[in-house]
Amino acid sequence: MITQQMALIPDNSVIEMKEPTLLKKVINNQSIKIEHLDVYIEDHHILKDINLTIPEKSITCIIGPSGCGKSTFLKTLNRMHDETPEVKISGKVFVDDENIYSPGVNVIDTRKKMGLLAQRPCPLPMSIFDNVAYGPRIHGIKRRKALNQTVIQYLQYVGLWDEVRDRIRTSASRLSIGQQQRLCLARGLAIEPEYILGDEATSALDPLSTKKIEELFIKLREKYTIILVTHTLRQARRIADHIVFMYLGKIIESGPTEEFFKNPKKQLTKEYLSGSFS
Amino acid sequence: MILTAMIILGVLVYIIGTVFYRGLPALTLDMVTKVPGGGFYLGKEGGVLNAIIGSLYIIFGALAISTVISVPLVMYINFYLPAKSLFASIIRFSLDILFGVPSIVYGAFGFALMIYLGIRASLLGGIITVAMLIMPLMMRSLDEVTRLLSRDLPDALLSLGATKYEMIKVILKQLIPGLITAILLAIGRGIGDAATVLFTAGYTDNIPDSLSSPAATLPLSIFFQLGSPVEEVQNRAYASAIILTVMILILSFSARYFSSKFSKHKI
Amino acid sequence: MRRLRVIKDKTARYLMVLIAIFTLLLLLVIGISLFLKAFPIMKEKNLWVLLSSSNWKPFKGDFGFLPFILSTLYVSLIAIIIALPFSILTSIYLNSYASRTVRRLFEPVIDLLSGIPPVIYGVWGTLTVVPLIAGKIAPRFVEFSTGYTVLAGGIVLAVMIIPLLISIMVEVFRSIPQAMTDASLSLGATKWQTVKKVILRKSFPGIIAAVVLALSRAFGETMAVLMVCGNITQIPHSVFDACYPLPALIANNYGEMLSMPSYESALMFSAFLLFIIVVLFNGLSRFTLNQIEKRYQFS
Repeated sequence: MITQQMALIPDNSVIEMKEPTLLKKVINNQSIKIEHLDVYIEDHHILKDINLTIPEKSITCIIGPSGCGKSTFLKTLNRMHDETPEVKISGKVFVDDENIYSPGVNVIDTRKKMGLLAQRPCPLPMSIFDNVAYGPRIHGIKRRKALNQTVIQYLQYVGLWDEVRDRIRTSASRLSIGQQQRLCLARGLAIEPEYILGDEATSALDPLSTKKIEELFIKLREKYTIILVTHTLRQARRIADHIVFMYLGKIIESGPTEEFFKNPKKQLTKEYLSGSFS
Repeated sequence: MILTAMIILGVLVYIIGTVFYRGLPALTLDMVTKVPGGGFYLGKEGGVLNAIIGSLYIIFGALAISTVISVPLVMYINFYLPAKSLFASIIRFSLDILFGVPSIVYGAFGFALMIYLGIRASLLGGIITVAMLIMPLMMRSLDEVTRLLSRDLPDALLSLGATKYEMIKVILKQLIPGLITAILLAIGRGIGDAATVLFTAGYTDNIPDSLSSPAATLPLSIFFQLGSPVEEVQNRAYASAIILTVMILILSFSARYFSSKFSKHKI
Repeated sequence: MRRLRVIKDKTARYLMVLIAIFTLLLLLVIGISLFLKAFPIMKEKNLWVLLSSSNWKPFKGDFGFLPFILSTLYVSLIAIIIALPFSILTSIYLNSYASRTVRRLFEPVIDLLSGIPPVIYGVWGTLTVVPLIAGKIAPRFVEFSTGYTVLAGGIVLAVMIIPLLISIMVEVFRSIPQAMTDASLSLGATKWQTVKKVILRKSFPGIIAAVVLALSRAFGETMAVLMVCGNITQIPHSVFDACYPLPALIANNYGEMLSMPSYESALMFSAFLLFIIVVLFNGLSRFTLNQIEKRYQFS
């Protein structure tokens, strides 16, 4: 135990590492394109003919009243519906120009491209270190030095390193809920995704932690394409570059944030923005 | 109503009290450290170490088999089969029924199976039969805690690109307290049951030295000693009963402790 | 690397499917093998004769199971008659009256009672119940009784099934929506009236299921009953007669009787009989209980 900890107290070269080296490769030409997507859960038509292109290296916020299919939509992007056979999906979702629902596509590869940040933080039942190291480990990084480096990097990136460096081998469940969410973000980043999905990722957090996460999203936008589901309009306004407004399983309107909030084109959007329903 | 509750509590105390009252005088160090000597069943010296060791061998063997089968099964019906799967409910239903099958039927079946396979009454026979007896209990108990687990953890793991097998390895870590509870419950049931081992494990005054040698068990040892006309031997039966009861009490309390710890961890 | 992971995942999945099938088959295999073993005697004798004759002379080839079947029934029925009122009242108390502390204190009592091995119950029975019957109870009614009787078996068995009954009944009572009892209470009914009119009536199927389950447990209980019920082949005429239930018959004679194929087959027949009855009873009551659970889960 002690020796492991010793190994973790990094020599200066590691700790001085700066952000530019965060992503080993900055991936260009990220693209998500959705064509004629329909989703049924049992007999309910949840998503109706969704057509959407997500702009790369920017934050796209999906808003809409609860039950409009936001989360269902998000789950189609990393094929989490595979686990529930009641869900039937038709249509095409192109990620990096490959339809992830065509046969022969490996679901592991698809999910590895998507870092998911869930509504409630869910640390794995292991130490802080192992939480971040879990992804790289299962995807094949075995060397201790490389793992240490990766873990420290991403913990630094989400601003958690200084808070946890003394107890990196202790259970992650003892962190505060805000810290847990940042840990989950670090864990997601450690699998080196191209896209980041957030499912109301701040709804369980206090304002201060929310702010930290939001700042991280803005920082991450430089390298990643980010898609967030949110139920607070204010958050969308604060951080989004693009807005997609969904209602009853359909996309009603989408566009750049400023445009969207200043000049909504559809009557339904106006009503939603004015708060007459939610 | 309070009266009936008190009576039930009273009966429990009465049962344990009776066993202790009659058994304590005969409970000597020899009882737990020696195997039966010559003339043990006529009241001469010796102890029931053979039965204690035999019982332990059998229960741990059975535990190994049934854990190896139970854990994958419970993981399978919870994480591989869909939530409303018919197959899963059929399996759960048949587990309920298997749980209700009397131990004497397992004993008879186990014996028939052993004849078919050409195994004599032995440690191995006892292990296999007791494994069948405790498996449904373990599976049901583990299934219950697994069903309580929230979907967050599996989802988090899958979204990191883990395969289901890798996912289950992590989930099992989370389930360890529940697994321990299931194991302790299974030990409690398996170690006290006489009817399963009656024909399958045989009986001997020696400590079994291989899987194919017969093995004594505590419940049977109590039963046989009680059947003796010699009073001293009968008293030893009560003393052996104390040993068994204490083992069960310890198991029961630790099972309770672990399951409460688990529920704390959950919230 | 990734291929290795996928292969591991696939292998694990196939192994699990195999295990699931094995578990499903276990029930079937037990049933079929018991049936096959019992088949010779069923072919040799008329099934009705086997079940209704009380002529038991294995060495002459007469196998009448009536005494054993009746013994099993009597002992189990007495056990239920004694255990039921205790269990119902205690469960009602635990569900509707007792404070949370009492409830939590009572849980380990139930756990312990169900955890005590049958053989300990047997020891307790021979030490206390049997002398009590022989010395105090029986002399008031009959001239002589050894104490090893139907009644002794019934009492010991009653104590053994009480924990099962209580734990199921508490579950059943709990499944009744709080709103329903609240409604009754708000109409001005007393607690006892509510219990009688709402809880007991609503949970009637559940109670029946619990009783059936307890009966099937009682049918199969071997060691404890064997130690206190006398084991004499006869049709018991009163509760102070000795009896010889089916499981005791198997336990006492199986294993030694391999030299006589028809005897062995006869014993296997009784095991098969026991198995079928228990599976049917269990299946029915579990099914009912599952339905109850489902009905209230989402409402």
